[in-house]
Amino acid sequence: MLKLYDYVLSDGCYKVRLMLSLLGVEYERRAVDFFPGREHQSEAFLDLNPLGQLPVLEDDGLVLCGAEAILCHLANRYDGNGTWLPRDPARFGPTMMWLAFAGQQLHALSQARLVSMLGEPGDLDSLRASARAALRLLEDHLTDRGLARDEWIVGDAPTVADIAAFPAVALSHDSGIGHEDYPALNLWQRRLRRLPGFASMPGVPDYF
Amino acid sequence: MSLTDDRAALDQWYVLGALQDFPVGTVASRLLGEDLTVTHGNDGTLEVQTSGRRLPVRTDYDHLWTSAGTPSRPVFDLPEAREPDRRSIYCGAVKVRASGLRLIENFLDLAHFPYVHSDVLGTEEKPEVAKYEVEQRRDVDELWATKCEFFQPRAAAASDEGQISQYMYRVVSPFNVTLYKTPPTAPNRWDVIALFVQPVEEAVSVAHPYMLLIDDTSTDAELIAFQQMIFLQDKIVLENQRPLLLPLQPGRETPTRADLSSVLYRRWLKEKQLRFGVEERAELA
Repeated sequence: MLKLYDYVLSDGCYKVRLMLSLLGVEYERRAVDFFPGREHQSEAFLDLNPLGQLPVLEDDGLVLCGAEAILCHLANRYDGNGTWLPRDPARFGPTMMWLAFAGQQLHALSQARLVSMLGEPGDLDSLRASARAALRLLEDHLTDRGLARDEWIVGDAPTVADIAAFPAVALSHDSGIGHEDYPALNLWQRRLRRLPGFASMPGVPDYF
Repeated sequence: MSLTDDRAALDQWYVLGALQDFPVGTVASRLLGEDLTVTHGNDGTLEVQTSGRRLPVRTDYDHLWTSAGTPSRPVFDLPEAREPDRRSIYCGAVKVRASGLRLIENFLDLAHFPYVHSDVLGTEEKPEVAKYEVEQRRDVDELWATKCEFFQPRAAAASDEGQISQYMYRVVSPFNVTLYKTPPTAPNRWDVIALFVQPVEEAVSVAHPYMLLIDDTSTDAELIAFQQMIFLQDKIVLENQRPLLLPLQPGRETPTRADLSSVLYRRWLKEKQLRFGVEERAELA
């Protein structure tokens, strides 16, 4: 069975849990004491992932690190319809682009969250400023998509890019950033929450 | 903001972190609106200072305790900490943008289990809070809620089925509370879960959950993950409660019978004339 090295409060791990749940794939969880134990920096864990980062997925002899890579693997292997990872030229490139955006620009939200909530070192003001800029960019993109009558980040169906972006956006309250300035993001989150198989995590607001 | 002049808040013991959070060297901390430094010397000594003043230090239950005032009593006694077969689990400090008193009150509340911790500590099919008893033990100045009972689909990390959990709550000081609940694997004993709150500002707190458990199946990581999941489900509610500070005047919030422990807690705070984290009396229109 698939095995996910998981930390319950990690937004990166949540990307993978959400994807697995939407695809209806069974898996086993191995809890990693990321905080306060810093188990991801332990020797045993570094043997598994020399980067010392979560999530890690074991699947059929493969050991995969990095949430975005794992999302693509899961969609590639377990999505019979191929909609989560579109291969047509019009959508493949943009999906990869927004996947990278989720891993890079939106990562400021993940960092701000760790500083704000768990007291990790970091410049909270500067991280919040970067986080707001990334949210603004995604908000503007989704506003444009809405005007074009397409509801998702890429095309008219949800892709791995939506799943990669959702956790950081949904958990922004944890870093003191509210959703009131982002109406298109709110509509998009609401749509995503209605997908069959949607799974939540602590900190994701229920009041939509 | 600078150190509060609230005597009732000053003369208490507060946790600044687990001892493991303070490696050799000096780190900054904050308590009751004032900056502190914690120095762990090469010789193993621990020193807490604020504006050149040395504060008292205790190391009970593997945590660093201090006080910015003059506590009349030592840190409360927790006999279970001396039981050799318990696992002592430090769950990590989490910052919450709410009054510490709100955190304690939420910890005492049974009624939110089905809604905030759905399918874990409660289920929406069984939301009823059975009658329980509360008392103020004046000899030790503690509040107790006893004979509490709740059906829980997943009471703890080691649960593989639902159970009726027995609970007791013990408030040992305005910002420190413990609960006792039925462990899934040892129904004749009590698990102990403590919440030590470090009030940083009136509306900003650091929560230090700590557990003394009977469980020989779960890993530390599983126990910590379970507790953090529960606590983070509470955090989002606490941060969205208004007012952020705890109102003590009657009529500001309306309790029901299930809120008996909260009613007693608020009355006790009022009796102590505690102000830090309390919403100032506002004239009701």
